[in-house]
Amino acid sequence: MARMATRQRVVISTIGAWLFGFLIFFPILWMVLASFKTELEAFAIPPSFLFFHWTLENYATVQERSDYFHHAMNSIIIAGGSTLIALLIAIPAAWSMAFSPTKRTKDILLWMLSTKMMPPVGVLVPIYLIFKTFGLLDSRIGLVFILCLGNLPIVIWMLFTYFKEIPRDILEAARMDGATIGRELVYVLTPMAIPGLASTLLLNLILAWNEAFWTLNLSTSNAAPLTTFIASYSSPEGLFWAKLSAASTLAIAPILVLGWFSQKQLVRGLTFGAVK
Amino acid sequence: MGQITLQGVQKSFGPVHIIKGADLDIADGSFVVFVGPSGCGKTTLLRLIAGLEDVSGGKILIDGKNVVDTPPAKRGLSMVFQSYALYPHMSVRGNIGFGLKMAGLAKDEINRKVEAAAATLNLSPYLDRKPRELSGGQRQRVAIGRAIVREPKAFLFDEPLSNLDAALRVQMRIEVTRLQKQLGTTAIYVTHDQVEAMTMADKIVVLNGGKIEQYGSPLELYERPANLFVAGFIGSPKMNFVTGELALQKGAATIGVRPEHLKIERDGGGGWQGTIAVAEHLGSDTFLYVDAGPLGMLTARYIGELSLHAGDRVSLVPDPQRIHRFDDGGNALRG
Repeated sequence: MARMATRQRVVISTIGAWLFGFLIFFPILWMVLASFKTELEAFAIPPSFLFFHWTLENYATVQERSDYFHHAMNSIIIAGGSTLIALLIAIPAAWSMAFSPTKRTKDILLWMLSTKMMPPVGVLVPIYLIFKTFGLLDSRIGLVFILCLGNLPIVIWMLFTYFKEIPRDILEAARMDGATIGRELVYVLTPMAIPGLASTLLLNLILAWNEAFWTLNLSTSNAAPLTTFIASYSSPEGLFWAKLSAASTLAIAPILVLGWFSQKQLVRGLTFGAVK
Repeated sequence: MGQITLQGVQKSFGPVHIIKGADLDIADGSFVVFVGPSGCGKTTLLRLIAGLEDVSGGKILIDGKNVVDTPPAKRGLSMVFQSYALYPHMSVRGNIGFGLKMAGLAKDEINRKVEAAAATLNLSPYLDRKPRELSGGQRQRVAIGRAIVREPKAFLFDEPLSNLDAALRVQMRIEVTRLQKQLGTTAIYVTHDQVEAMTMADKIVVLNGGKIEQYGSPLELYERPANLFVAGFIGSPKMNFVTGELALQKGAATIGVRPEHLKIERDGGGGWQGTIAVAEHLGSDTFLYVDAGPLGMLTARYIGELSLHAGDRVSLVPDPQRIHRFDDGGNALRG
């Protein structure tokens, strides 16, 4: 009886999980499907799910009208650059807070987090003026800079929790074994922290890739990443759903592929410390 | 060689004095156990010797050389941690050989030494496994292997057996003792378990509140405790203490008698009268917890089985040769 009940529960929760997963995935699926429809079919009511006239025309138009690779390259540089710089700053910061905390460490961490509580639009005007003054508008360097600073608190928090999980005893054992600080870092700490570093890097890459507020407001063409590329299709003159969908699919494709191959790392990263 | 001397070693964390001046002479090749209740400073003292904490005052001499400013790696000591502290990403071979690799030894030599250490500890079949694939006892052995392979001047053990189950703990206790005798290396061992202390040590250091209460061989501590704390801490069950009129008659503020030195007689004999509150029959021993009225609760131990039960009246006669006397400062009175 008890066994039956357990089996039933497993079946029900499995079905439930699949349904929930499908629900979450549906908008993306719908977008991909719409990108293969004609403009007319894209907003037809009732909508057709699979039986429509499949076409690649939208992708051709999108590539023709705007240079996808230019935007994709900007996205890679901006997301990649801001992530790398954030890691370079965050690793020593998190390291020192995790391994030699002071009375103020907690306050510093909370203060950093508090900067994420302010809506970015609140500082749009000052940031815009600063960018204008320093000639950073529509420049990749400017976007790398602002995205790096924007995500830094999250990166430091994530790394801090990772480093905190590394038992002090192991570092002391290495010290007793005659490892200098440098060798302790190379042979013991880094190999133990690699999963944490990898998932922080991935998560930050995704956050920076999808960031739209600053990229839309501070870039127009030269430095415009894929977010601007998508936005150019939601024009006020009319809805081009199929083309918008094609542009969006193209924009998320690289990060979706990366996310798919690293999902194990990502899940581990996001649930780290939750279960021991 | 591994002679360790502490001279007035002190340690404070901010305003809190953890170690209030420790003087100690540890002879080369001896097995010394630091024992005391939790928070008494025993682990801190070990970490000071290891160099993982800096002293606030005093000197630590290893083979006559003051090492207070020497980093842990240069002190020539190796340590076994309570949590094992194995490197999770390295194989057993890598773990044991790490210290040798850091010392810059050639690969062949590292392998030879690691394999010899593994053979001593019955770890040879596991050399290529990761720590997570080992049982608790095996992990502990790897930690010990890591310590012995470097041929240190002394081993430092920080409660190494407390994470093991009771049966394994007894077995490892014997193994560690035998290994230490075989290698002849000085060992300092921290524990809160007085049975471990009594069975393993050549000499015991009893610590309490950051102070060394007594330093001596296990039997010295048992037979001639320096004060009330040591008298109560060493020995199981605990020594009985009696104050008041009876103590004054013996010229002391407190007198103490161990449970095994109380002769148990049925009611009507001389000695201290009381009623049995609880009787524990272990077969090999019988423990009686006796409510002795104004004297308080007394514990008596009988070797073998004694058919007495709760509610029975008994009289307890202390062995006059084995009464410990203490002054009102808690220090032992001799003679």
